[in-house]
Amino acid sequence: MGTVIIDYGVGNIGSLMGALDAIQMAYVLSGNPTVIEGATAIILPGVGAFKAAMDELEKRDLVDILKKKAKAGTPFMGICLGMQLLFESSEENGHHEGLGLIEGNVKAIPATVKIPHMGWNSLDFQLEDAILKNNAPGDYVYYVHSYYANTAAEFIVASSEYGVQVPGIVRKDNMIGMQFHPEKSSEAGLNLLNAFKELI
Amino acid sequence: MLARRIIPCLDVRNGRVVKGQKFKDIIDVDSPEDLGAFYSKNGADELVFYDITASNEERAISLSFVEKVAAKLRIPFCVGGGIRTIDDFSTVLNKGADKVSVNSAAVSNPLLIKEAAEKFGSQCVVLSLDAKKNDAGLYKIYINGGRTETELEAVAWAKEGVRLGAGEIVVNSIDEDGMKNGYDTTLLKMITDVVNVPVIASGGAGTKAHFYEAIRDANVDGVLAASVFHFGEIPIPELKAYLLEKGVVIRK
Repeated sequence: MGTVIIDYGVGNIGSLMGALDAIQMAYVLSGNPTVIEGATAIILPGVGAFKAAMDELEKRDLVDILKKKAKAGTPFMGICLGMQLLFESSEENGHHEGLGLIEGNVKAIPATVKIPHMGWNSLDFQLEDAILKNNAPGDYVYYVHSYYANTAAEFIVASSEYGVQVPGIVRKDNMIGMQFHPEKSSEAGLNLLNAFKELI
Repeated sequence: MLARRIIPCLDVRNGRVVKGQKFKDIIDVDSPEDLGAFYSKNGADELVFYDITASNEERAISLSFVEKVAAKLRIPFCVGGGIRTIDDFSTVLNKGADKVSVNSAAVSNPLLIKEAAEKFGSQCVVLSLDAKKNDAGLYKIYINGGRTETELEAVAWAKEGVRLGAGEIVVNSIDEDGMKNGYDTTLLKMITDVVNVPVIASGGAGTKAHFYEAIRDANVDGVLAASVFHFGEIPIPELKAYLLEKGVVIRK
């Protein structure tokens, strides 16, 4: 079945598809559990509010299949809100359960800095990881978000400084999250997507 | 560290770039996606496309350029010009723009900002304002492309826009626009001092030092310009090297 981009009515995925086309990575766009079952890799995009996104996943019966695929070792990448959904919970407008695939919870960036964190920020590499193989420390990537993943250092592959240490790339086994938008991050972003492609 | 953004602004009429000048390296200088890709390759951090198509009917056709830009561009971009309703926001965002800027329509209907922010998120709602200093030294807001003065005062309007949900403010100085004497750092600083969202300087860039002064003196998050980029007077790689040398955090 190849790579499946999860289609659950959240956010604009035109740029993501354009970026995957640019690196010649084949994909299908689907919100069908049967199609997702056969995926060899999964990309979970997402913009907007945490709870609304979880509601959409539930409404489409996608929560169980996504958890199952993630636990079965399928290369799985969450982007922006899609990354936040990998965690246990979020405090965005209350307390909401996430997919619970990586330990940690999603918190608001303290208002000591301008919110949202919007623009190009540099990546500090924290762990050695194959996802970074095509990139260099200090590469700039494009962020747009107001909440960040509060998680253990063992999962933070790369981070950016913005009031707090913002986890930019997280990873637990086959599950990878990118808080920024690789599809909007010029060459640096395409290099990261290429590294993900090579993991499949 | 968060980098300051360099933002070329392109005027589009009937789906074609109006000011695009003689770039040797691109096949079709008038195509928004080709000129956008050219700027992206040359280090632009973001692009603004401003649709100046006259009529609504023509604009609906003109806006098909947004899809082409989204498919080709790997950096974020904003679309403005003629945005009047929530449906206009929807149209442009669905075509793949990251942000939508609103100007005159927000003055006559400030709730448009609130509604758009609630529906799409503050991060994609940009309030663009045109300000001009009057004889009493007050900065007043102008609408309809700078032709009509309003009662609004620039700093108060910027604050109100943020309160309503705008996630970014573009401050265009009518007095400085096209003069190439530098940005109005006085006005810009008045605004960056009181709002907690990114502020983008617009109007007046003529030299590399002007970009630096806006960042140093007014602490703006981004600098927008049109002609100095379109006419090749200031190549973006050169501008970025200059700002880096001055100690500004810039995406390399």
